[in-house]
Amino acid sequence: MARIGVFICWCGSNIASTVDVKAVAEAAADFPGVAHSVEYKYMCSDPGQTLIRQAIKEKQLTGLVVAACSPRMHEPTFRRAALESGMNPYLVEMANIREHCSWVHEDRAEATTKALETVRMLVEKVRRNTPLEEIRVPVTKRALVIGGGVAGIQAGLDIISAGIPVTVVERTPSIGGHMSQLDETFPTLDCSQCILTPKMVELSQSPLTTIYTYSEIEEVTGYVGNFKVKIRQKAKTVDHVKCTGCGICVEKCPAKVPSEFECGLADRKAIYVPFPQAIPNKPVIDRPNCIYFAKGKCGVCKKICPAEAIDYDVEDTIVEEEVGAIVVATGYDLIDRALYGEYGYGKIADVVDGLQFERMLSASGPTGGKLIKPSTGETPKTVVFVQCVGSRDDSKGIPYCSRICCMYTAKHAMLFKHKVKDGKAYIFYIDVRAGGKGYEEFVKRAVDEDRVVYLRGRVSRIFEKNGTVFVKGSDTISGQQVEIRADLVVLATAVAASDGARQLAQKLRIGFDQHGFLTEAHPKLRPVETNTPGVYLAGTCQAPKDIPDTVSQASAAASKVLGLLSSDELVREPLVAHVSESVCISCFACEDTCPYGAIERVEWKDPETGLTTEIARVNPGICEGCGACIPVCRPKAVDLRGFSEEQIYSEINALSDMFKVKR
Amino acid sequence: MKFAFYPGCSLESSAKEYKESTLLAAESLGLELEEIPDWICCGSTPAHMSDELLGIALPAYSLLLAKQMDTDGVLVTCASCYSRLKAANHAILNDGTMKKKVAEALGEEYDGGVPVRHMLELTSDAIAQPGFDEKITRKLSGLKVASYYGCLLVRPPEITGFDDPEDPQSLDRLVAALGAEPVDWRYKVECCGAALAFSQVDIVRKLSGEILQDAKDTEADVVIVACPLCHSNLDLRQRNIEKYLGIDLEVPVLYFTQLLGLAFGYSAAELGLGKHEINPVPVLRKRGINI
Ligand SMILES: Cc1cc2nc3c(=O)[nH]c(=O)nc-3n(C[C@H](O)[C@H](O)[C@H](O)COP(=O)(O)OP(=O)(O)OC[C@H]3O[C@@H](n4cnc5c(N)ncnc54)[C@H](O)[C@@H]3O)c2cc1C
Ligand code: SF4
Ligand code: SF4
Repeated sequence: MARIGVFICWCGSNIASTVDVKAVAEAAADFPGVAHSVEYKYMCSDPGQTLIRQAIKEKQLTGLVVAACSPRMHEPTFRRAALESGMNPYLVEMANIREHCSWVHEDRAEATTKALETVRMLVEKVRRNTPLEEIRVPVTKRALVIGGGVAGIQAGLDIISAGIPVTVVERTPSIGGHMSQLDETFPTLDCSQCILTPKMVELSQSPLTTIYTYSEIEEVTGYVGNFKVKIRQKAKTVDHVKCTGCGICVEKCPAKVPSEFECGLADRKAIYVPFPQAIPNKPVIDRPNCIYFAKGKCGVCKKICPAEAIDYDVEDTIVEEEVGAIVVATGYDLIDRALYGEYGYGKIADVVDGLQFERMLSASGPTGGKLIKPSTGETPKTVVFVQCVGSRDDSKGIPYCSRICCMYTAKHAMLFKHKVKDGKAYIFYIDVRAGGKGYEEFVKRAVDEDRVVYLRGRVSRIFEKNGTVFVKGSDTISGQQVEIRADLVVLATAVAASDGARQLAQKLRIGFDQHGFLTEAHPKLRPVETNTPGVYLAGTCQAPKDIPDTVSQASAAASKVLGLLSSDELVREPLVAHVSESVCISCFACEDTCPYGAIERVEWKDPETGLTTEIARVNPGICEGCGACIPVCRPKAVDLRGFSEEQIYSEINALSDMFKVKR
Repeated sequence: MKFAFYPGCSLESSAKEYKESTLLAAESLGLELEEIPDWICCGSTPAHMSDELLGIALPAYSLLLAKQMDTDGVLVTCASCYSRLKAANHAILNDGTMKKKVAEALGEEYDGGVPVRHMLELTSDAIAQPGFDEKITRKLSGLKVASYYGCLLVRPPEITGFDDPEDPQSLDRLVAALGAEPVDWRYKVECCGAALAFSQVDIVRKLSGEILQDAKDTEADVVIVACPLCHSNLDLRQRNIEKYLGIDLEVPVLYFTQLLGLAFGYSAAELGLGKHEINPVPVLRKRGINI
């Protein structure tokens, strides 16, 4: 026989001013199965909880309904109180008569009826609750970081600083990401390489770090605390154990291709180290561009390599790692230049993008830090910078602001003026967004000290006429059309999600928005978590951001990882789905439906017939209790603990009974 | 393929040669055209600038007429008519209230479903078909052509939906397919001043002057257009622009359908080449084109 205790809370006047709490308590006392029903001013207070604890013992209660605020607020409180009196905490239910009732209604009589209906439903539910035990899963104390830009590097460093080993997977031949391409960085103009390289070295030299460069994620299975990851190591063709990094192969290789690192402003060889500070500082062969792989001839590097490190026959290898948590830090790319035919990008040599300009500024770049007109090699005297190229442009399908370009454009104009003292810098802008610490001051310096001219308006067209580049646009402040003859044009092209981010997100079962940026669990309160437990986000893969924000987010993600990996076991709520074996018809509709991949296929021997069949099983470590599998299971083999079909129907029936009474 | 032909007002008057050359080119391309009986003016800029419903209901009326014909859709040649007919379809398809209002105004419901194609779209399809080259009987090689798209032909992209709105290529591809030489110039989508020709002529003189000057600077022999209003601003007004700006232009402006007709072997008279203010025949002859 059920002996349910009902506790109606006033929440001061929050509930009591709209709901007649005494009437609800009195009426609830007569509900079937209710053994005890009281109201009290503050149920969550110490005396309120004592009231509950005593009642459990004295009245030998078998379940509780606390009618008060949202369970998000105080369910843990009342479950704890029950536990202290020896009751299984999952025999406690909350009826939300505050957020769902007193706060949203004005009519006292109606609100009281609704409160009563809500209590009645929960009484019916709790009569069918069963004691449940928390789920405990072991934890693998190792983290995976995907992407070796500054976000991935920072997250990795913070994780190893707590003694937890880290595996870093980087797609290109070196870690470093875009930050290694930058010259000086806003707002302090410190040299990017000088502050990044020590971090790269520290990460790579730690005995706790394993770095797979030239590698990508092949497959991710498992669940929080217990992921299994397959990593594809692309064939480097150079044995990095034997290679001494002497570089003679690179020198002698006859095959040249545009360098990705130099954004096409210089060439690299088919066998290459992307940049001088690369980690690892050993070459790989870019097979599609290698003469040997194209024609079967050449082999110069193999002949010349003193360490005999070159092996053309090696193939991709797959390594498997087990990790407890994953940080995704796959960064960004700039938009496809084909999107802006009207700006001559890719057609006119003297129109470049921001990263190309960074490479020209860099002392280790293709021009040795000299600014030039790519078409002639002369020093540019007039440089026009165009902001929001793609960003904030609905017609190009990019409604968002890229957040960094206002700042780096101010930086670019400033650095140009430092190098070319008599030069003229013009910036076309829509708004100047300089919201960070010291940012507005930085932009002001560009205007006041370096005499950069800001023109508020958009550029309609950039074209070349008899060897001169013209920038046509509007200056909306003077209300005029302007046309500037430029020696060099720098386009602040929009930041886009990195290539392949969507596919990776699918492997990780995490969300992404329509632009391919990965989605956080909550835009304000859970900015580094994803909706898949154990997977976190860091840096520009989530949204465009600068280095300070990238690094902050990376440290935040690392601290989440460390929080997760600090215990030996993970405790999870037992409100998960389960399959009743004998009912399952092996259709596996649930498997297709589950957004978390929690459905496994297992062999099951029917004790009655002795036959073995493959049936579905829910992995309680992965299941989030969303219930998506329930309606697709035709034989009703799958059900949700704590929210069973029987419980839900009993609530609905209780409600319709009450309606009948009312009519 | 058979199309309901919507000539629009200009093709009945100032742009007769556009109509004639379109009909000839269509015949060569194997497109059957049947003029929409009793079509009315699309309202052009004045209608939609003064009343939204009027701007949608006028083109919708002609589209409703076209719906009763057994065709693959409506064919238009004027960029402005094209824009208005497509805008009507777009508005009726996407805005239920507008659909209702139009139905009230016309006394009959129109579902926004009649396909509207510009002659340039169909020509672009045709050049990709096998056998197109065989239709070319007159050599145009050596003729440098600046393709002028103007504002409305490819914009706004959500309404017109063909070609890049800022750096369109379809006319250029056509020029190349005809064996002539497309020039890369800057003013292909700049505004000619359009209907300001009626109210603020100075602006038109300036804008159209810049377009023609750039074509000349790029050493284009002719400019081709796909809009009667662009044509009248660039060609009919050219002498006036020369005088006003004190420059010498002499840039012939042809309809793209005339260029198409030339390649298909029609005579200058058939294509109405004599109807232009700036006579194109000398430069065509100079480039060795046999007319
Ligand atoms: C022109 C320009 C100038 C800038 N100047 C400044 C400045 O002065 N100050 C400032 O604060 N910020 C500046 N920024 C912004 C700065 O570049 C970024 O904030 C920062 O680089 C973001 O780091 P990240 O690690 O998130 O991404 P990234 O640097 O893009 O690193 C991501 C890494 O992940 C790897 N990766 C991608 N996909 C995969 C995959 N599927 N598997 C494995 N690895 C993968 C990539 O190869 C890369 O190494 C500038 C940006 C630009 C474009
Ligand atoms: S085989 Fe030849 S082309 Fe290929 S990496 Fe070696 S040297 Fe370069
Ligand atoms: S940061 Fe500035 S330039 Fe970049 S998109 Fe935002 S507003 Fe435009």
